[in-house]
Amino acid sequence: MSEPNPSTGRRTSRPRSTRPEEPRMTAAVETVVAAPSAARPPVGSSGTLRNLGTVITKELHSYFASPIAYLVMAAFLVMNGYLFWAILISSKQADLSSTFADMAIILMLLSPAITMRLFAEEQRQGTIELLLTSPIREAELVVGKWLSSLLFFLVMLVLTGTFPLFLLKFGTPDVGTMLAGYLGMFMVEAVFLAIGLFMSSVTQNQIVALALSFGVLLVLWLFQGAGQNFGQNGGSSVVAYLGMSGHFDSFTSGAIQVKDLVYYASGIVLALFLTVRSVESRRWR
Amino acid sequence: MASRRKFSMIDVQHLNKSYADKVAVKDVTFSVNPGEILGFLGPNGAGKTTTMRILTGYMPATSGSAKVAGFDVFGQSLDVRKRIGYLPENVPLYPDMSVQFYLSFVARLKGLPGPKLKERLEYALKVCRIDDVRTRLIGKLSKGYRQRVGLAQAIIHDPDVLILDEPTVGLDPKQINETRELIRGLGGKHTIILSTHILPEVSMTCGRVVIINEGQVVAEDSPENLTHRLQGQDRVHVEARAPRPALLETLRALPGVTHVTTREVDGRVHAEIEAASQRDVRADVAAAVVGQGWSLLELRAATMSLEDIFLKLTTREEAA
Repeated sequence: MSEPNPSTGRRTSRPRSTRPEEPRMTAAVETVVAAPSAARPPVGSSGTLRNLGTVITKELHSYFASPIAYLVMAAFLVMNGYLFWAILISSKQADLSSTFADMAIILMLLSPAITMRLFAEEQRQGTIELLLTSPIREAELVVGKWLSSLLFFLVMLVLTGTFPLFLLKFGTPDVGTMLAGYLGMFMVEAVFLAIGLFMSSVTQNQIVALALSFGVLLVLWLFQGAGQNFGQNGGSSVVAYLGMSGHFDSFTSGAIQVKDLVYYASGIVLALFLTVRSVESRRWR
Repeated sequence: MASRRKFSMIDVQHLNKSYADKVAVKDVTFSVNPGEILGFLGPNGAGKTTTMRILTGYMPATSGSAKVAGFDVFGQSLDVRKRIGYLPENVPLYPDMSVQFYLSFVARLKGLPGPKLKERLEYALKVCRIDDVRTRLIGKLSKGYRQRVGLAQAIIHDPDVLILDEPTVGLDPKQINETRELIRGLGGKHTIILSTHILPEVSMTCGRVVIINEGQVVAEDSPENLTHRLQGQDRVHVEARAPRPALLETLRALPGVTHVTTREVDGRVHAEIEAASQRDVRADVAAAVVGQGWSLLELRAATMSLEDIFLKLTTREEAA
C-alpha cells in the first residue's frame, strides 16, 4: 500500500482502509482534509448531524407521500387493537405481555414493508447516483435512513399508547413491566428495520427486498425453538442465544437485562455495518 | 498540453478503468481550464459515462489519477463531491417530491447553508425556467421539464465544476436550443464537461472537444480546428442532366479532382467530386458542364462536417 506522495498528492494504489472518507458506524468525526486548492472554498459545511437531518427529512417526506406507509400503519393498529381486545376479554388481566408477543410477530410481517423501499428504490430509479456523488458519507446515509424508519415506527408505537392508558384507567397494571415491554418492542423493531434496510440495499426490487427480509427475520425469530435440536452440549445454547425471541421475552416479563440490550445493539450495528458495505460496493462493481 | 502552465480545474492523467470482462477506459489524459466548456464526444459505450462517474467519485478508476479543483477524486472524494454538480444520464429525480422540495433537498445534501439556500433555489428555478412548476410533483412533469429540473439540481450549490452527461437527450428541438444556450451561459462561471453524441451540440456550446472511442482519446482540439485539420479535401455535389459516362469523364479530367462517383436518378446524374482543397473546383465544374451543352441542375460544396470527421475518427481502427 503506497502512501500519498506529498509532492504530487497522487496515489498509485488506493488503500481503502486509510481513506479519509472511510465510513464509520458512529460517523461522529468530521474529517477535514487539508489540500492545496486554488478553487473557491466549498459553499457550506457538511456536519454529520446536518446530513442525518437532511436524509431523515427526505425519507419521512417519502413515507408520508406513499400509500404503503398508511397501509402498514393501519394494518398494525387494526391487528394490534383487535388482539389487545381479544386477549383482554379472555384473560381479564391488566397485562400487556401477550399483546407485546403478538405485536412482535405482526412487526415481523410488516417491518419489511417499511424498509423495502429505502435503498431498492434509489437503486431502481438511479437516484443512488445523486446520493453517492454528494458530499455525504455512506454511513450517514445508511444511519439516516434507518433512523427515519425508526421514527416512522415510533409514530405507530406511540399510537398503541392507548392500550396501557386503557389498562391504567380501568385496572392496576404494573407500569414498570409495561415500560420494559415497550423498550423491548423498540429494540426488536430497531433490529428488524436494520436487517430490512440491509436487504433493501442488496437489490433494486422492492418485492425481493421484502421477501428477503421477511425470510431472514423469520429464521432469526425461530432460532429459539430450533436450538432444542442441537443437543445439550453447548450447540443448543448458542443457537438459542442467536434467536431473537428469547431476548424479547425477558423484556415483556419486566426484566431489562444488559445481555439482551447488548444482543440487540450488536444486531443493529452488524446489520447497519453490512448495509454500509453493501452500499459502498456499488462503487466497486 | 498547452494549458499546463495554468491551474487546471480538472486534470485527468492516464486514467484506466476495467470491469470484470472489459476495458472501459484506456489511458485517458486531458485537462480542463477554469471556466472552460469541454465537449466529451463519442459513440454510445465509448467510455464517456465511465470517465464522468470516476470524476464525480461514483466509482474508482483501476489506475491513473484524476483531480478536480486540486483535490484527488479518490483520496479526497468528499472535497471533490462538494465542488461538483453532476447531471447523470438518468436524471436522478424523486417523482413523489415537488420541484421545490427536491431542489432544497439536493441543496442541503450538497452542504449549502440555510441562508444561501433560498437565494440559490430562486436562482436555479429562474435560470432553468422551471419557476412555473415549482410546486408541481416531479412525477407529473414532462420530459423537458424533468431534464431542466436535473440541470437545476446540478447548479443549485454553485459548484466549481459541472459534469453533464447527455444534457439534451430526449428534448424537443426548441428545448435543446434553450438548454444549449443555458449551458453556454453557465460557462465562465463554472467549468463544464458535457458529454454528447450529437455533434452540432459540441460546435455550438463547447470551446474544446475530446473525442473518445472505445475508451481511448482519439482527438482533442477546438471544434473549428478539428474540422479544419481533418479537412484535407473538399467535396462538391453536382446534379446535371447529362449522359452518365460522358459526365464522369469530363469531371475526372478537371484539374485538382481526385475522385468522382456518379449515380443516376430519373435521368438526372448526381456526382460527388472530391478535390484537393487548395483550389475551388466549382467554377471549373460549372464551366465544363455548361460547356458541353448539358443542363446544370445543382452545384454545391459539401464540406466535411464534424459528423464525417467523427465517423472517420471513430471507425479508424476497423478501416486500418
